[in-house]
Amino acid sequence: MKILVCISNVPDTTTKITFTDNNSHFNTAGVQFILNPYDEIALARAIELTEAENEIVTVLHVGDATTDPTLRKALAIGATDAVRINAQPTDAYFVANQIAAYAKDKDFDIILTGRESIDYNGAKVAAMLGELLDIPSVSITKKITIEGDTGILEREIEGGKEVLAIPFPFVAGTAEGVADWKIPNMRGIMGARTKPLIVVEAVEVNNLTKIIQFETPAPRTSVQLVDAGEVDKLIDLLHNTAKVI
Amino acid sequence: MSVLVYIENAEGKFKKSGFEGVCYAKEIANQLNTNLIALSIGNVADEDLKALGNYGANKVLTVNQNNLTLFINQAYAAIIAHATTKENAEIVVLSNSFSGKGLAPRIAVKLQAGLVDGAISLPDFTNGKFVVKNNVFSSKAIALVEITSAVKVLALMPNAYKVVETSEQANIETFDYQTNENDFTSLIKEIVKASDKVSLPDAEIVVSAGRGLKGPENWGMIEELAALLGAAVACSKPVSDAHWRPHEEHVGQTGITVSPNLYIAIGISGAIQHIAGVSSSKIIVVINKDADAPFFKVADYGIVGDAFEVVPKLIAAVKALKAS
Repeated sequence: MKILVCISNVPDTTTKITFTDNNSHFNTAGVQFILNPYDEIALARAIELTEAENEIVTVLHVGDATTDPTLRKALAIGATDAVRINAQPTDAYFVANQIAAYAKDKDFDIILTGRESIDYNGAKVAAMLGELLDIPSVSITKKITIEGDTGILEREIEGGKEVLAIPFPFVAGTAEGVADWKIPNMRGIMGARTKPLIVVEAVEVNNLTKIIQFETPAPRTSVQLVDAGEVDKLIDLLHNTAKVI
Repeated sequence: MSVLVYIENAEGKFKKSGFEGVCYAKEIANQLNTNLIALSIGNVADEDLKALGNYGANKVLTVNQNNLTLFINQAYAAIIAHATTKENAEIVVLSNSFSGKGLAPRIAVKLQAGLVDGAISLPDFTNGKFVVKNNVFSSKAIALVEITSAVKVLALMPNAYKVVETSEQANIETFDYQTNENDFTSLIKEIVKASDKVSLPDAEIVVSAGRGLKGPENWGMIEELAALLGAAVACSKPVSDAHWRPHEEHVGQTGITVSPNLYIAIGISGAIQHIAGVSSSKIIVVINKDADAPFFKVADYGIVGDAFEVVPKLIAAVKALKAS
């Protein structure tokens, strides 16, 4: 089996989010970048599914050379090889097109992405890839198992879950529950240095969206505390003042 | 040109997030002085289709074929894209629900259209541009996204737009579409629904609990409070990691992002990753015995107290309110 795992490079979850150039760009100064947590569980599941001999997990990232440590981390966790498409990711459509251009003639059985990146929070790349490659996609996948040449995928729906049987090849965006996060061991970290990381030039794609500015949400007014002995007062506030119950 | 809105149904019934989409799309159509076309796929009763007029639809297209009763994103995307082209629509609106998230990107690619998912504002047409806001960086910021393509797709965040009834008369038309076999390779094996539960992403009220509850055996009072309020039950990451509660109840940066009218956090200290998933809630209530819990900093109302004492009193107070 051949699995492609698409990964992104995102600010650490504890990052204080600020902007520069009149709030038009994310301020990366002093920001620690990490492998997107959802992509990390996609990778962990891909490794679990390819334990047999000659099975391959390729990790792919669209970014410039500064993001190579994130690809090396993915190799340390256990990917077979890595591909970096040399371009600044601009929007999901651009990224999906880059991945599709690379993947279209490589015969991957499964393509995984995280359900979303924790920076721009679009959950778009998985389904866009499915459409560009004209194969099925599941955007928020909670479980993946394999039966022969078919994936059994569990997807989240409002108030429940749906189980799908999807023949190879398909795209899945993985959510929490698909696998546990894997911590690379020393052997993995040492081995990652010598695993192949190839750089591919980008194809030309027009962006369809552009972020022109960022805003920070209005801070909440300070908390109004109610005494633990006066719980009725809280219910009264919620009913009569906030009018939410 | 026109505006087209796709309304999702669950077992033949439209959902609240669908009506929000219709009202949102209607306002866009009004601003552009054009018609709103609503599209329904699957088996929905005529009277429910007709009722879409009450939310602003001028025309309702319905596609009801045996193979379309269940949601298959490839086939649904093909129909929506086809209807958009045929009706000469330039703006497509749908809900950013679990299914919508799988659908909108496929429609966008088919139509070469820019997509804003999780839209939280109406478009701003200033200077001939088309700019829509959405939440980014796990709701720590809002992005103003310009769509530069001719056709635009907007996936509306649930609870982000108010449902307002109007009195438009909608004509129902059957929309014929020749489905493509290649779009049906995914087979739905099973649908498991906990029908007595309120769905978390759609919920107007969420009651959420954390490690302060001490163990899974203590969730009875949380569920009771939620049931009384018609709320969905949620939890923090440590709780789902410890398998006290299922993963699908985990809200936060790596779980589900919610934006209800009321979020009640009980025994959750308020890690930055948890707050990221709930910060767009309209009202946040925090109940924690630790007065220094960081969650109080982003709360509207708070009670410093032990969950095991406060929650039973809350239940009694809600019962009293309902009885009054």
